[in-house]
Formats: sequence, structure tokens, C-alpha cells
Amino acid sequence: MSEAVATSPTPSGPSTDQKLAYEPHRKWYRRPEILGPVAIVIAVYAVLLGVEVQPGRYRSAFTADGDLALDWDYFFHLIPQMLTGAYVLARATVLGFTGAIVLGLLMALGRRSQFKPLSWVSAFVIEFVRSTPLLVQLFFLQALFRTTDVVNLSGVQILVLGLALHYGTYTSEGYRAGINSVPDGQWEASTALNLDPITKWTRIIIPQAVPNVLPALGNNLIASFKDAPMGGPVLAVPCMLFFANTIRAEDFRSVEPMLLIGAGFLLISIPAAWGLRRLEERIEYER
Amino acid sequence: MTDVSPKGAAGVRMRSVDKAFGPNVVLRELNLEVEPGERVVIIGPSGSGKTTILRVIMTLERIDGGTIRVGGQHLYHEPVGDQLKAASEKHIRKVRSNIGMVFQHFNLFPHMSALENIMLAPVKVHNKSRDEARETGMELLAKVGLSEHANHTPGQLSGGQKQRVAIARALAAEPAVMLFDEVTSALDPELVGEVLSVLRDIAEEGSTTMMLVTHEMAFAREVADRLVMFDNGRIVEEGRPSDVLDTPQKPRTREFLGAVGDQ
Amino acid sequence: MGDWVLTWGQYQVLWEGLTVTLRLLGLAFLLGVVLSLVFGIARLSPRTWMRGLALVYVEFARGISSIILLFIMVFAIPILFDFDAFGRFSFAVVALAINMGGYGAEIVRGSINAIPKGQTEASIALNLSPTQRLRHVVLPQAMRIILPPMGNLTIEILKGTALVALVAIGDLMQATRNLIQAQLAEGVSGVTILFVNVLVIYFIVAQIINGLFRFGEARLNARFRQRTGRAAVSTEAYSEVSA
Repeated sequence: MSEAVATSPTPSGPSTDQKLAYEPHRKWYRRPEILGPVAIVIAVYAVLLGVEVQPGRYRSAFTADGDLALDWDYFFHLIPQMLTGAYVLARATVLGFTGAIVLGLLMALGRRSQFKPLSWVSAFVIEFVRSTPLLVQLFFLQALFRTTDVVNLSGVQILVLGLALHYGTYTSEGYRAGINSVPDGQWEASTALNLDPITKWTRIIIPQAVPNVLPALGNNLIASFKDAPMGGPVLAVPCMLFFANTIRAEDFRSVEPMLLIGAGFLLISIPAAWGLRRLEERIEYER
Repeated sequence: MTDVSPKGAAGVRMRSVDKAFGPNVVLRELNLEVEPGERVVIIGPSGSGKTTILRVIMTLERIDGGTIRVGGQHLYHEPVGDQLKAASEKHIRKVRSNIGMVFQHFNLFPHMSALENIMLAPVKVHNKSRDEARETGMELLAKVGLSEHANHTPGQLSGGQKQRVAIARALAAEPAVMLFDEVTSALDPELVGEVLSVLRDIAEEGSTTMMLVTHEMAFAREVADRLVMFDNGRIVEEGRPSDVLDTPQKPRTREFLGAVGDQ
Repeated sequence: MGDWVLTWGQYQVLWEGLTVTLRLLGLAFLLGVVLSLVFGIARLSPRTWMRGLALVYVEFARGISSIILLFIMVFAIPILFDFDAFGRFSFAVVALAINMGGYGAEIVRGSINAIPKGQTEASIALNLSPTQRLRHVVLPQAMRIILPPMGNLTIEILKGTALVALVAIGDLMQATRNLIQAQLAEGVSGVTILFVNVLVIYFIVAQIINGLFRFGEARLNARFRQRTGRAAVSTEAYSEVSA
């Protein structure tokens, strides 16, 4: 019976006498359109963490003439130092976001917990951190660590911690939404097939949730990169904005550094957002 | 304006109208003339393009070639001297005000009550006062037998009631041509009768030209002045309903009527 | 840690700052909603140049960091265009509104796209003008879809208002910093408590915004259901007329 049944649905197949081979559906981690961007992100992580750049003194040797309007020579002169600032930012972002991915998972698990008090506490913490400004949270962390002599954190470390906490709540919401996006029927079918919880989660729920969670994580990564410059004015992290502020204080010039960091930001975040949207579309298409 | 009847109904004249969606040709040089006050029923297999005829008259789809006149006025063209040029939106809107349409899926506005649905166009397009519009709105609701549902939103109405409100809404603008696009196809069988009886009433009044796309053959026989069998972008056969339905001349018509099985 | 509550005088200072924050939020919200509607609708325009312009705006507003946009608006724009008539506060409002408008425009566009095509077709059949279609048919229905994400966006803008303290505008955050300056001589542990209090204030304001949007949603959803009161009375009047 196998020959007749197996060949009949594909009469136009390459060879009619070939038996229908068992082809498992591609796992999410085998899909190039998912794996590619993930690999790129990991590579960027590795480079950012591996390469050590010492931020030099943010003091420009070049001085523009007295006129405060835009001076292009001065503008281009600032670029190398701005790149160092961007590097510091990117590094703090990826470190902080790694923390956010882990913290978010813990918060999401806490929220899903059967033990009600833990679930309520997690829900409250998520809501509280999500609806208060990161800026105030950074100030709070800074003040907190000043009061205790046990742990002594540098500005960058506080920024990383703040980003991890703040965006942990966002990623936890992302996980939750991803899990909720798996249709009820899938949960019911898992129960109907009497799958044990581990099989249910690893083979049914997580594979279907991942394509929905990844774009949310990407969006949060970009968002945390956009918030990271706060570290400059608040914690004196030697990043782009800190540098721009220093120039403003020392050279009384603000047009060039401000426009430069604005342009630099758009150059990074717009392509990232576009790439992410493409990823989202391709994942959706596949489903 | 010989194309308008004394009662105000307008004729529709389509001359070699072309319409294609990409490579898919839906209307091929279609010529179709509808006299003022005439009731024309269009039948044909699904996907034959019969709905598209109504949609191009309503300007929901724009034609690729040919001309359409409604009540003697060009719909898609404006005469400049003795030449025709593509019509402006303003011109299209003016001519379109003679046309009303009822849809398969009702398309009532869910955020408005039945009465508000009917009042919207008279107040906003035809500049009637709210009181006047409300009065005619209530009259129309009484005509379709839904006076007590005036303040219900579409979500609270059955399919048949929704379609009757939709008919009243289209009538409120007093159109000279009414287009009915499979108005009973989305209804449960037991609700079809109430909608058809409303259509019968409108047909009897005779103050509007009616073009209907339907699968209700018995109804077509009863109401239509002329039956048009349409397939593959062309008119296959047309004539008095009894002639077409009882003694079809073309094999394609016979095949279709056999498949519908209603005859 | 001792006492978690601040003194009455300190709360008064924070209240002063909060009023500035709320004023900033209100103005940025109003301007932001206008920008959201204008550019969200422009994104769906049949005219290519309009769509392109709206796309450029949306990409800019969403791509740039809100803190950097604020610094550009306050420090670079007045010098660059030699235009400082309105003062820092107005520039801060515009910066926040631009940011909100970028995200809001996408919300508006998505919601309009979610309205079934049949609604537009029915309003063409009734011969409504494009503006009337939008105003009477599409937007009222899109509003239900717009409101929930708009509430979240408003809370994001509330969080964004804290940034203005960095450009020396006297909002809640700046008031907090002033308090710190004032009590510099005291023990530093007071500063932590101060920030906890400020976080709680922001949290409460966010919850109020949340509640307002929930209320608005409930009101809108009620419109799609049973009519009550006023409308019911008018039916009786008409059944008399028709009787």
C-alpha cells in the first residue's frame, strides 16, 4: 500500500517510483532567516566585548572660529571621538540587554508561577519598573550604591544594571506575549496527546513562541540603545552625549556635536529597525 | 436628458467597457444598456465578473477602457468641446450621487445605530437638516419593517435585518439607479424571504432603475424585466426571464442553469 | 533606612515640579496626537510624495533617541536657525511631541488598515467625500484599536518628560535634584528615599493615565452596544409620528 498511497499526491514529482521520504518540518533554529540575524548579533556582541578601547580625553585640540553657526571642518574633526563614544554606548547596551534577557525570563517565570504571592509581586515589579522613567531609576541606583560601601559600582556598571532592570521588564512582557500568541488549541492538543510538561514546552510551545518573541527582543534591543545615552549626563559615562556636553561646556559649541550624534544615531538605528522589520516579515511569511 | 424617466429613474449605458485585474480580464468590451426604470437581473457562475459590472458603475473599481453613462451623463469622462477627457473626482462624485448600492456583506457602520446609518448620507452629503433626515429615515425604516429597531446598532440585528437597514440606507439618497450585489447570498436561508419582499416592494414602485446580481432564479423570474446571462467577461445571452430560463439558446446557459439546478 | 516619608516642605517642592511635568506632558500629548493623525493618515495617502514625506518623518522620529532629540532641540536648533523666541520649555514640548508622533503615526496607520474594506466601499456608495469617509466612518472605528497602544505610548512620553531635567527645566525630576542640592549637608541615605518617593509619584501618574485610557475604551465600546437613555427617548417620539 505504501507505494500507491505515497506517490499519488505528488504525480508531478521528480520520479514517480520514489517513496515519499520523511521530511521533518524545519526547526526554528535551522531556519537561516532566523539563525542569520541571531548569528550576526552574537558576532557583534563578541566583537564589542572583545575589543578594548580606552576612551581618551574628550578635549578637542581643534578650535573653530568664534562664529557659533555650523562649521563643517569642526564637524568632521569630531567624528573619531564620537565613534569611541558610540562604542562605549554599544558595549553598555549589549551588556545591559544580555542582563535584560535573563532578568526578563526570571520575571516572566515569576509572573506565570502557580504560587500566587510570587506572581503578584512579579506583576507589580514589572508594572512599577515599566511605568517609571529609566532616568530616575538610574539616579536611584546611583544613590543606593553610594549609601552602601559593600558594593562599589562605576558609572558604566550602574548604567548596565539599570538597562538590564528596565528592559528586563520589557523582555518579560515580550516572552509573555510570545507564549500567549500560541493558540489555545495547541495547549489543548498537548493535553489531549497527554504530553508531559517538558515535551509540551520544548516541542510545542517554545518552538511556536520563538518566531514571535525574537522581533520583540530586537525592538527592545534598539530601544535600550536609544536610552543608553542617558548614562552620559547622569552617571558621567564617557559616551556620545557626555562628550557632546563636555564640548558644550568647554568650547561653547553645541551645534556640531549635537547634530553629529543625532546623525550617528539615525545611521545605526534606522538600518537596524529596517532589518528587524524584514526579519519579522519573513518569519510571518513562513508560518 | 431622455435617459431619465418621468419618475426620476435613470438609464445606464455601458459601451465597450474593459476591466482587468493584472492578467485576469474581467470585462471584455462589454456593452450593456439599461433603460430608465428597467429591472435587470444578471446571472452567471461565480468569478464570471458579474459583480464587477456593478462595482465599476459604483466606481469602486475604475474601468480600463470604454464609457459608462448614467442618466445621460458620462461617469468617467467629461466632455470638453466635442472631446471626452478623463473626469475629475468632482465630476465623478456628482454623477455618482445618482447611484446607490447594497452589498453582499451589508457593510453597515457598526458604530452607528440603524437610524444613524440611514441619516449619515442625507445630512453629510445632501445637506438635509437632521430633523428632515430623521423623518425620512424613520419612514424608510417603517417601509422595511424595522421601526422598532431604529436605535439598535448593527451588532444587535440579525442578518436579514441588517440587509434591510442597508437597503433603507441606500434608498435614503433617492438614487436613480440601485445596484444590488448578491444581497441574499450571505444570509441564512430562513432570512432570505424578508429581504426579497423588500426588494419586491421597491421594484413595484418603479421609481428607480434596478440592477441585481443574484442566484435566486425564482425571484429573478418574478421581478426582472430582462435577464442577462454573463460569463467570462461577456454577455452570453439575454432576454425575457421566462425565455432565458425556460428555453435557453446557448449551451453555456443551459450548462449553468443545469448546475444551479433551480429550474 | 528609617523614615520612608519626606517632609511636608519637600513634598511641596515635588508638587511644584509635578505640575510642570504634567503641563509638559499635556502639551506634548496634544501636539503628539495631532502629529500622529496627520502623519498616520499621510502614510496612507494616494499621493506618493505625501507618503514619502510621512515615511521620512516616521523613520526619523522613531530612529532617533528621545534624549538626543531633546538635546538637539534645546541646544542646537536655536543656534543653528538663530531662533530662540519660545524658550526651552517649548522646544522640549516639541521634542517630546515629535517622538510621540513617530510612534503614534504607526499606531494610527495600523488601526486604519485594520478597518474592513467594505466600510470604505459603503461610504463611497453613499457618496461621502474622502474627508467625510475618514471622519465619520473610518476614524471612529479605528479609535477603538488606537486607544490601548496610545495609552502605553502616553506613559512612555511621561517617562520621557523626566529627561527635561537634564536641560534645566524645572519639572518633577529637576525639583528632586534641587532638593538634593538643598540637603547635601545631610546624610546621603536621604537621597535614596527621595528617589523612591519620586518613583512612586511617577508610578501613580502612570496608573492614572492608564485608568483614563481604560475609561475611554469602555466608553467607546459602549457605543458599539445597546443605546441607552437619550436615544431611547427619541425612538418613542418617532413611533408616535409613524403611528
